[in-house]
Amino acid sequence: MFADHLQKDLHTGAVEKKPTRNGYGEGLLEAGKRDERVVALCCDLTESTKTDAFANAFPKRFVQVGVAEQNLASVGSGMAAMGKIPFISSYAMFSPGRNWEQIRTTIAYNEANVKIVGAHAGVSVGPDGATHQAIEDIAIMRAIPTMVVIAPADVHEAYKMTLAVAEYIGPVYFRLGRSNTPVVTTPESPFTIGKAEQMYFRNESLEKKVGIVSTGSLLYNSLMAAVALEKQGIGTSVLHMATIKPLDGAMLEKFATEHGALVTVEEHQIIGGLGSAVAEYLSEARPTKIARIGVHDRFGQSGEPDELIAHYGMDIPSIVSAAQKLI
Amino acid sequence: MRYLSPEEVHSLERQANIIRQSIIEMLTEAGSGHTAGPLGMADVFTLLYFSALKHDPKNPDWEDRDRLILSNGHICPVLYATMAHAGYFPVAELLTLRKFGSRLQGHPHRTFLPGLETSSGPLGSGISQAVGMALAERINNPYSSKFFYCLTGDGELDEGQIWEALMLAGKERLNNLIVIVDRNGIQIDGFTKDVMPLEPLVEKFESFNFDVQAVDGHNMRALNDAIGKAQAVYGQPSIIIAHTIPSKGVDVFERDFRWHGNPPGKGPEDRVPHDEQAKVALAHLRTLAGTIEAQDS
Repeated sequence: MFADHLQKDLHTGAVEKKPTRNGYGEGLLEAGKRDERVVALCCDLTESTKTDAFANAFPKRFVQVGVAEQNLASVGSGMAAMGKIPFISSYAMFSPGRNWEQIRTTIAYNEANVKIVGAHAGVSVGPDGATHQAIEDIAIMRAIPTMVVIAPADVHEAYKMTLAVAEYIGPVYFRLGRSNTPVVTTPESPFTIGKAEQMYFRNESLEKKVGIVSTGSLLYNSLMAAVALEKQGIGTSVLHMATIKPLDGAMLEKFATEHGALVTVEEHQIIGGLGSAVAEYLSEARPTKIARIGVHDRFGQSGEPDELIAHYGMDIPSIVSAAQKLI
Repeated sequence: MRYLSPEEVHSLERQANIIRQSIIEMLTEAGSGHTAGPLGMADVFTLLYFSALKHDPKNPDWEDRDRLILSNGHICPVLYATMAHAGYFPVAELLTLRKFGSRLQGHPHRTFLPGLETSSGPLGSGISQAVGMALAERINNPYSSKFFYCLTGDGELDEGQIWEALMLAGKERLNNLIVIVDRNGIQIDGFTKDVMPLEPLVEKFESFNFDVQAVDGHNMRALNDAIGKAQAVYGQPSIIIAHTIPSKGVDVFERDFRWHGNPPGKGPEDRVPHDEQAKVALAHLRTLAGTIEAQDS
């Protein structure tokens, strides 16, 4: 059973698709209207990171840094030191991919209130190929002390997240996707930094059961996998963890206890991402059998987003199959 | 620009030498750390903290203060020693440098010690942060009289990020930004001319749309004039290349790149054995003009 705040037609498979980056662009513009301390910096990718609406509305609060991601991070830190709330955006492969140390030292260690926006995350970037497909960003950002890491599911969640991030005090990294992503949530769906939301509730009359833990744009595939598994007589729930750090451990532990076995789903390497975070937490709190869906220690390649998601084993049949094997 | 009387120049020179003595003492006690850069920059830091900067050691968060951003964090002994003598914290605390629990980390950490503007150590990111601060200030207060001083090393100029930051500063015409480069000609592996030649440096900076001055980094009056001129430059950021002598003040350590990353007691032994390095350095500093009186009183 879908959570009641989700889109109404999900059970039919009919779904609207929009890039999550659009939600960020609209959220940033709104955050800029609400708080004049919000500023935006970008590395020659203003349109494709959807920073352009803010830049057009507030030209004096926008800094075009040029193709210089290391500078981007530290200039953002400097602006935060003077009371600004900088959103620094580029492709995730370049920020935080190229400027990790600047983010660690000049933002996180400095306690600078900077928001790091990694667009074009995941293999669903598509035709640009592996050089532009960030699938290690969650791992490298999660390892930085104090850093909050978020992967919103869709355009609505990205919008709400952007506003929440603007109000949160401290460094935050969030990743966005390039391609059209199924719109699963609604403006009414809850979003709180650090809080997991159960998006699908298993049929408790079924004896067999499994839990799916998803993050980012693969929430839709996770939900569809849950529907398919239920048709096969496996009661399946989906817990969406948009915030990967801090991990909602209490909710995760409860979910693991209820379901016994979990499949984690993310558009990221299985090394260091959501699957790792869940496994790390539960191995200490409540040892649980876990199968991890994600990229298995490989690089991406050119292709259409759906082809790549299937090729790297993150499509609906792959999730279903992993769940079947697990129980 | 602030005019310096002959008495003030003399007083600053004497103060710089007292700071050098503290640097030797704290590095010796720490048993690790950098010697050449801190000694070489003692005059620049003294002039800044005892004359040029708008600041208040008793109110380090004063909003209208100038900002001093140390990019080459490894020369922090000179920053700490100058701050202590300027009144930010007790001079005795200098002897906790690099020890467990100390506010004086091996490389500076902003949130540990009031008065530090940034944490630094990894090279090349200070100018970027100063640029960010200067940009934010222009948004916050277009009629601001704050200046943003960023101090960098010369070996540090090998970092690509430096040039990214300079490009942006030039583009944005940040006349509230003053970069001071410690041009001491050495880095860990040797002389900068051998590790990675930087010249022609004046022309490089000019081509990045900076106003550039090159001065003797041990001449208080020349430094003061350069800072005054940099403050008066309009429509362009400024760079002052301060030519300094590494380990300045201790003649047996001077100009030797092997003193870059060693404290007294662990430096090269060609001229002074380890167990006498601190003693020799202090003895030498105390015989320099103006300092005997300060020590004896």
